[in-house]
Amino acid sequence: MSQPPHQPASALDFSVVAVDEVSRSFGRRRALSRVSLRASQGEILGVLGPNGAGKSTLIAILATLLRPTTGQVRYGDAAASEGAGLRARIGVLGHDLFLYPELTARENLEFFAGLHAVGDPVAAADAALSRAGLGARADDPVSSFSRGMRQRVALERALIHGPRLVLLDEPFTGLDDASASALVARLRQLRDAGAIVVVATHDLELAEQLLDHTLFLRDGRPAASMPRPDRLRAVYQDVMRQRPDEAQP
Amino acid sequence: MPKWFTPAAILCGLMFVVSPVLIARAPDESSMGMVYKIYYYHMPSAWMFLLAPLVCGISSALYLARGRPGDDRRAWAAAELTVLFGALTLITGPLWARRAWGTWWVWDARLTSSLVGWMIGWAYLILRRYGGPGSDKLAAGVALFGAVNVPFIYISVNYWRTIHPPTTVVPRLPVEMGLPLWFCVFAFLLLFILLMTMRLRLEAARTRLDALYVALDE
Amino acid sequence: MSTERRGHAAGSPFARSVWLVLRKDLTVEVRSGEIAYTTLFFAASCVLIFAFALVKEGRAPEGGAAGILWIAILFAATLALGRGFERERQSETLRALLLAPVPRPAIYVGKLLGIVALLVAIEAVLLPLVAFLFTARLFAHPFWLAGIVLTCTVGLASVGTLFAAMLVRARSRDMLLPVLLYPIVVPVIIAGVQGTAALLQPTVEIALVRFWLLLLVTFDVVFVVLALWTFEAVMSD
Repeated sequence: MSQPPHQPASALDFSVVAVDEVSRSFGRRRALSRVSLRASQGEILGVLGPNGAGKSTLIAILATLLRPTTGQVRYGDAAASEGAGLRARIGVLGHDLFLYPELTARENLEFFAGLHAVGDPVAAADAALSRAGLGARADDPVSSFSRGMRQRVALERALIHGPRLVLLDEPFTGLDDASASALVARLRQLRDAGAIVVVATHDLELAEQLLDHTLFLRDGRPAASMPRPDRLRAVYQDVMRQRPDEAQP
Repeated sequence: MPKWFTPAAILCGLMFVVSPVLIARAPDESSMGMVYKIYYYHMPSAWMFLLAPLVCGISSALYLARGRPGDDRRAWAAAELTVLFGALTLITGPLWARRAWGTWWVWDARLTSSLVGWMIGWAYLILRRYGGPGSDKLAAGVALFGAVNVPFIYISVNYWRTIHPPTTVVPRLPVEMGLPLWFCVFAFLLLFILLMTMRLRLEAARTRLDALYVALDE
Repeated sequence: MSTERRGHAAGSPFARSVWLVLRKDLTVEVRSGEIAYTTLFFAASCVLIFAFALVKEGRAPEGGAAGILWIAILFAATLALGRGFERERQSETLRALLLAPVPRPAIYVGKLLGIVALLVAIEAVLLPLVAFLFTARLFAHPFWLAGIVLTCTVGLASVGTLFAAMLVRARSRDMLLPVLLYPIVVPVIIAGVQGTAALLQPTVEIALVRFWLLLLVTFDVVFVVLALWTFEAVMSD
């Protein structure tokens, strides 16, 4: 993988993200309850759980889009309120792809590269397009792309500024086999290059190939946390079936 | 409820019961006779109608700056009082106008500005009710803008009026600044404080209830 | 859009971000034209409807042309704001903007300038239309007119952009925008209508026009500054 583009001087650097007893509620609805985790450099952490478990909320909190109701998130030594310098080091691939449908793939990439103060947005966009294998369709509006192609552009958009922390929320949705494998390979590359990768997913097969460490969420509560088990699906079903007080360490 | 609440409420009630007596004994104004006495209720409620948005605007600014829920609760309560005292003002005003000039509404600067301000209060409440989650911050923004807007509204309406010759002249009524007026002002102020306190406690209780619901799930 | 710039952009991060957001908005709008054409047509329809409602014996009521013009612009602005931010909501791109390491107020300014540009384009068509339909001598004092129109537009857009951005993830956002916006922009509307109407008088009192212009400029400065401060606070969750 090519070198990440030059970082603006004010960007923070960190090798660990620590989430400490974080809860988040919306009025009476509790989305997350006392979740703790530690994600380190060179590691892919998976957040697993059924729909409604709170995975997206956790990703949003890690992305600094939401503030926890209680608890703390620390990026290295820095708190989440560090602002722009911190945001420069975070890349997010959300459930909604954050792409402007009326703009072409190239324009989307150049726009976000420019916003993230990438040194040469045009060159960076070019490189990203070739990495995604979309050189031929670079100047077509994103609205004409299939879901898989949009996902590829969105992934490049999330990574174009060489973030230290990469957050992905259900990245495998709507991808065919080939694209999914390519994504897995790409994430492994990122991990080997020293990024912290956090993936929220309910796709257990792909998770099995990809993850180093797993956090199981159920109803917003942490149900279990462990290095990726060998038989992921069996462990997952086990964990999800247990009562809260029987959770494994 | 705090200890002083019940005695204060009783006092307030008594004051309102007594006030008509005091008002009746105040001297009649020469040109309008008895009619102008509604001013003894109109003026204090207008003053509360000025106080409430001030509290709302300042609390909203604090809430945006500091994010403390107490500020948000105070802003919401103050917005409701804005609408309440605004309604009182906008009812007592035209009642007086009807008797004094034969028309219900006059487009004079103060009345019209009050109407706009009252509508901003309503807009705040509608937003809180229908805006869904996150409408606390939005409403704070609206309140802040509304509060800062007051001089602009007044100036623009004032000069808008002078373009068109007024159909009736609105005199500055020299109200007897004696005991009856200050009595009513105090009564209204007490009412303001009582309502505010009740509303704040209601909202605080609601917040505690939400927290209990959440804690129950933990 | 892609070929002119090479190398890293000059200028402060704030100015650069404003420019990027503005350019993106203008590109999207020019490409689809959706908002521009529909709001323009809507504004023209408004003018017609008001004409039918208010014109008696072939003459608009005194000062009616100015009032009709500004009501049409206000309605058009409401639509444009709602639709513009609806776009940002669809792919949650507003979130992406908030995630970028740009100063948040820069996003506000970029969006504001985009809306102002759109409204000015619409006014460029609307003004001649109103002058034509109501035989109003709108262009007798073009610079004063431009001043009034521009400051009034910025006034509407400054508050409208903030409110529309705030409402992006609220419920009932379509209804709430006018409910919140209209009472706040009362001074702007009064000043705009009165200023424009003053310019339509047979003998124009420049002092009066200057008064309204000054009021509008003050409003714009105060509320843009206020919006810059408030934007960060209302956008964070």
